[in-house]
Amino acid sequence: MTRLKKCTSRLYLGFIFLFLYAPILVLIVLSFNNSMSRTVWGGFTLQWYANLPTNDTIMTALGTTLRITLSSSILATILGTSAAIGIHRMKKRHAAIMLGATNIPLLNADIVTGISLMLLFTRFTSLGEFSVILAHIAFSVPYVIFNVLPRLQSMSDVCYEAALDLGATPVYAFYKVIWPEIVPGVLSGFLMALTMSLDDFTITYFTKGAGVNTLSTMLYTELRKGIQPELYALSTLLFLVAFAMLFIINYKGNDSKKEVTN
Amino acid sequence: MNNKMRTSFLAWPYALWVLICTIFPLFYILGYAITNDAGKLTFANLIVIADPVHLKSLWLSVQVAFITTVICLVMAYPVALILHNLKIRNKSFIVFLFILPMWMNFMLRILAWQNILSNNGILNNILSAVGLPTVHILYTKYAVILGMVYDFLPYMILPIYNALSKISDDVIEAASDLGANWWTTFTKVTLPLSKDGIISGIIMVFVPSLSSFVVSNLLGGGKVLLIGNVIEQEFTSARDWNTGSGLSIILMVFVLLSMGIMNKVDDSENGGMLL
Repeated sequence: MTRLKKCTSRLYLGFIFLFLYAPILVLIVLSFNNSMSRTVWGGFTLQWYANLPTNDTIMTALGTTLRITLSSSILATILGTSAAIGIHRMKKRHAAIMLGATNIPLLNADIVTGISLMLLFTRFTSLGEFSVILAHIAFSVPYVIFNVLPRLQSMSDVCYEAALDLGATPVYAFYKVIWPEIVPGVLSGFLMALTMSLDDFTITYFTKGAGVNTLSTMLYTELRKGIQPELYALSTLLFLVAFAMLFIINYKGNDSKKEVTN
Repeated sequence: MNNKMRTSFLAWPYALWVLICTIFPLFYILGYAITNDAGKLTFANLIVIADPVHLKSLWLSVQVAFITTVICLVMAYPVALILHNLKIRNKSFIVFLFILPMWMNFMLRILAWQNILSNNGILNNILSAVGLPTVHILYTKYAVILGMVYDFLPYMILPIYNALSKISDDVIEAASDLGANWWTTFTKVTLPLSKDGIISGIIMVFVPSLSSFVVSNLLGGGKVLLIGNVIEQEFTSARDWNTGSGLSIILMVFVLLSMGIMNKVDDSENGGMLL
């Protein structure tokens, strides 16, 4: 009976993974397809990978995407981590107000967030790469806060206060006592901010202004012309990089866990 | 206590940020929604929702979002449960595998579904190879729902999984020690204790599927007009920001209403955090 249960659950997991990864398999196959058409298999080729570095539209969009994603997720992590520490130390009522406001970008529809930010930006600055970065920070900060805050709440304040009593400066006490405890939360918050920013289309679409294109918005505007096959090659590479990173983080994470338990 | 006051200043930059980038924009969109292009106060932009075309797309959006959410919940709960019960070391690795697809461009992934679902696409080739009848769902609302389930499923799996991992094994053991069978333990212990995760998951799936316009554009082939598509068109091709803002406000009200209903269901007091 348990064997059967184990089998069905493995089978079900397999089915879900197939569902989630089927389109990715299709895209990887297309990146080796020697045909401009998406529906015809024209034999194996590496030419899209070879053409990639010289394809200016794609490389420019990739550069924009990476700049926006990295800067917004780093800034969101800094802003969100300090916010989480501050909120943790606030009076209950104030903290509740801050958390309520933090929920807004998560609860709001992307399209509403995008449009409302666009209305604000067109009034006070201009739309461009900078406005997209601001918008991405706006929707990714909540992920950082909600990853860091539980870490703070689950540790006791006693150690930090003891450090202060023993003469540590607040900065030193923070670095030695609080930081090691929250660092996994900061890291997962950063990773989520990075992923959300990379995956976003809607908010970028509304806040980008003319001339600025991330990979997603470039794709969307060029949809009628047909997709450049180099894009399949690029996203296959990006996916492999992410997969490799995941592997490395996974093994590192295991090592640090061992240290803690020993 | 003195300490508490001292470090709360770290949240001040964020408080300012929230004011400028979260609260202000909402007033802006409201401002546009209740004025016309001459700047005069009007409710015309809100009343346009009564237009049959808009009502139809709003109703279709609600249907699509509801079905998507139900399918996601039914598909995701067993996944979260299986993951939770999985006795392997690298569990976090498996969990990450659900987030990994997001690293491949979202629009390309949805476009790949066109390849899979089209009339002589991959799915139909497989179906006819094994002698099953073929399906013709591309450019219908079923394809849109499938695309949304595909896109939002991880948002349902992860919060439920997180909620399950907070349940202590002792509680489950106690239930079985006291004679509960698997099913009773599940319905009386596991399910109620994972309610917070379910509610987060429902919100994280329902809201984006109510408002998405890209999936319906790509897999609906312009034939499935959701409220998100209407709003997008007002801002891009029609260039009528006031009507677009008005419809956005209506959409927000809808989201808030469904949130209110969810909160009625969720009577627990530890709310406040979604993730």
